[in-house]
Amino acid sequence: MSLLKSFFLLIGLMICTLSGPSFAQSDPEALRPLINGLAEGKYAETEKQIGALVATGDPAVAPALEALGEGDLYARKSDGAVFIAKKAGKGYALTDPLTLEPAGEAGRREVSKIKVNNKLRRVLRSALGSLTLMAADPQVRMTAAEAIFKARDPEGIEALDAALAAETDDGVRKVMEEARAAAVLNSDLDDARKLEAIETLSVMGNRDALSLLIGVQSSAGGAVRDAATQAVTKIQKSIAAWDAAQNIWYGLSLGSVLLLAAIGLAITFGVMGVINMAHGEMVMIGAYVTFVVQELIRTSAPGLFDYSLLIALPLAFLTSGLIGVAIERGVIRWLYGRPLETLLATWGISLILQQAVRSIFGPTNREVGNPDWMSGAFELGQMTITYNRMWIIVFAMLVFAGLMLVLKKTPFGLYTRAVTQNRRMAASMGIRTPWVDAMTFGLGSGIAGIAGVALSQIDNVSPNLGQGYIIDSFMVVVFGGVGNLWGTLVGAMTLGIVNKFLEPYAGAVLGKIFVLVIIILFIQKRPRGLFALKGRAVEA
Amino acid sequence: MMTSFLFRAMDTRAGIFLAIMAAVIILVPAGNLLAPEGSAFHVPNYAVTLMGKYLTYALLALAVDLVWGYCGILSLGHAAFFALGGYAMGMYLMRQIGTRGVYGDPNLPDFMVFLNWQELPWYWYGFDMFWFAALMVLLVPGFLAFVFGWFAFRSRVTGVYLSIITQALTYALLLAFFRNDMGFGGNNGLTDFKDILGFDIQADTTRAGLFAASGVALVLCFIVCRALTRSKLGKVLVAVRDAESRTRFLGYRVEHYKLFVWTLSAMMAGIAGALYVPQVGIINPGEFAPANSIEVVIWVAVGGRGTLVGAVLGAVLVNFAKTWFTGALPDIWLFALGGLFVFVTLFLPKGIVGTVSQGWTALRQRKVSAAYEEGSDEPPSAPPHSPGAPANVTHSKRAPGAAEPQPAE
Repeated sequence: MSLLKSFFLLIGLMICTLSGPSFAQSDPEALRPLINGLAEGKYAETEKQIGALVATGDPAVAPALEALGEGDLYARKSDGAVFIAKKAGKGYALTDPLTLEPAGEAGRREVSKIKVNNKLRRVLRSALGSLTLMAADPQVRMTAAEAIFKARDPEGIEALDAALAAETDDGVRKVMEEARAAAVLNSDLDDARKLEAIETLSVMGNRDALSLLIGVQSSAGGAVRDAATQAVTKIQKSIAAWDAAQNIWYGLSLGSVLLLAAIGLAITFGVMGVINMAHGEMVMIGAYVTFVVQELIRTSAPGLFDYSLLIALPLAFLTSGLIGVAIERGVIRWLYGRPLETLLATWGISLILQQAVRSIFGPTNREVGNPDWMSGAFELGQMTITYNRMWIIVFAMLVFAGLMLVLKKTPFGLYTRAVTQNRRMAASMGIRTPWVDAMTFGLGSGIAGIAGVALSQIDNVSPNLGQGYIIDSFMVVVFGGVGNLWGTLVGAMTLGIVNKFLEPYAGAVLGKIFVLVIIILFIQKRPRGLFALKGRAVEA
Repeated sequence: MMTSFLFRAMDTRAGIFLAIMAAVIILVPAGNLLAPEGSAFHVPNYAVTLMGKYLTYALLALAVDLVWGYCGILSLGHAAFFALGGYAMGMYLMRQIGTRGVYGDPNLPDFMVFLNWQELPWYWYGFDMFWFAALMVLLVPGFLAFVFGWFAFRSRVTGVYLSIITQALTYALLLAFFRNDMGFGGNNGLTDFKDILGFDIQADTTRAGLFAASGVALVLCFIVCRALTRSKLGKVLVAVRDAESRTRFLGYRVEHYKLFVWTLSAMMAGIAGALYVPQVGIINPGEFAPANSIEVVIWVAVGGRGTLVGAVLGAVLVNFAKTWFTGALPDIWLFALGGLFVFVTLFLPKGIVGTVSQGWTALRQRKVSAAYEEGSDEPPSAPPHSPGAPANVTHSKRAPGAAEPQPAE
């Protein structure tokens, strides 16, 4: 009886395959006998029935198959009808497998579970994969194709062929073709199809394709192996290029972080000649301002959370800037011309600020959230680019450009440069040099504050935040050349990229040590940095 | 010649200092070992270790004062030399553990067994012998300082730039020693020492002995520094500090002088580290932290740079304050230390010793002037402590230090 039934089903399967998959919802009652057939006979029969169900290409059978895989599919003993059953009280709550509507209850003895073994589970997985290939939602089809790519299951080839014939979305089609190629390489099809598959994969060109092809290279022979070898070389080349691009990207990202941390220092140290060891603490204060702003927004106006960073920026600038002005007026102005004493005094200030923040906010890390537009990532070729890194690069460039504008195009910038170049001459021209000093120091500190807003997105906000950046910042400024903002930009980016290129070979820590040693040696060679000021300003 | 070298080292202030040191070296161990517990003269064990630690810090401060106070090189990396000396001693102490470690390996220290190392790295060879370790305590920091200084001074890296790269140096070493595969115990460093030269490192007598050794080392280094700074060489150093270019134009090889005193100072810092480690019982990469080096500088600044005695005094005072604060008011300590940095640089640029001796000479000056006005025929001596006065020739007659001009930087 069941043999005869299977025979008919086989014919049905062939008809369905010939007529191609249909996305239209078919009449559930037509599928009912097929579903009920799952309960008949042993594993082998069940497997055939699964094949028959898949061949209908109707997504409506998916719930039943899923339930079967999870062991939730039961047959009613009285009439052989099949239901999805969940334990409810003493008996089972039944659900119709096709319409998914409740179908009453049954006692524990009235139903029997349809058993599955591991082989069947495997069959079910790929069956579901092919079924979802026909789903109406392109996202679901894409996921199904990706699943087949990972499984490299030759059984999926036919389903993919069928799905490809009906596929209209180019993106999904591409993924499906790749999945088919992966499956073909894993099957025992003829060489012509395999060569075609290798071609597809070599166009795909990522690490998954590479590992697949390397597998083929070692297992296949003849023309297939040659083609695979060629494809592997080609992919390896392209991956190396993408790796380099990714490294440069990481390097730029690190460089922009360094730039943000160092650019305020480039003003206070580079332009004013003040060694500000408390610079890192200005960054830290900026990060804590972000934290406070976010806390206030969370409690009072949660809708504004996406704008929290924009709100924090001016506040951080003002807070750090004001503290900077206070430090300049209170301590540093008494120490002009004594850089080593300035260094010690500002170090003392940095200790005080750290301890103050620790007393107020506690010694532990504080949670600063990422707004939506800063979280997540996107793919560019073989590179992964996270939004927060991207925005920080953009932000660093904006800050740099803004600072250049202020220094070159505003009267304040003019005064600053005048005081830097010749203090006494500037004073005799009527520039209030003490005022310019205070404002310049405030500007440098304020920039450190907004750097803190950006760094709060990628680093732990703790009282020690600034300590981690101070040495790096000094390295950047000294390397780039004191008194030159362009030098700081080039210095930061160079150090960032060199660091990231060293990392794969030497590890993160050793890479950093190398960079430090390189800088130490570099300073021996060019004691005034990459872009040294020339002329009288040097000795000033 | 040697006697005249040493003789030059002596004057009233040095005499007072040496007398105090001698008293401390004898009385503290005696008070610890001989006086019965409960007696007023008994020095508890923890105090011996604590004071021993202060003495090694004082030695480190002395080393910094030699380069900063007399040669104008502000080192923000002297803790690196201190820690290297400490590691050399720590390696010797590790090898002395022998089979008494947790894993009982006769050759490999515990952390190497833990990391599955099969044999001792080559740079650990020889550290089972004390004389070799002692030599390395001097040579390793000395060699590093020599190479570093050779490059830095030859290319005339000075002032702030030099400070920053010394900081980078110690930071790089900090990162390096944190790595497990460096073979120095990584994060945990070297610890769990058992004995030194065959004596149990926990025993009271050993601790008293280490204390005395620290005191003697401090005294010896003080005498060397003192003699050095009062020799002709010392005068050149001060000249380098105050007007480097001018000294060079006068024909002195400035970088050689700097290199010599820099290397010597690093070796002294190494000795300090080597004496520090057996007393505190651990050495880890934290000692390389740039913050430590900067703290040493403030000890010197508090005591008075360019006075030698001041460095010792500053180190002991600040560390005593630190011990007291971190015990009684732990939250306040960083405020106090930070405030100290600001206060000293703003209001006490000469430090305690410098300010006091300046006040002392001023007072004496006034007395002499008063006596002169009353009709004495002895004229007042020229004010030797005016800030612009050049390094003088009548050196031995005056209270030194006070007279020495502060560096221009």
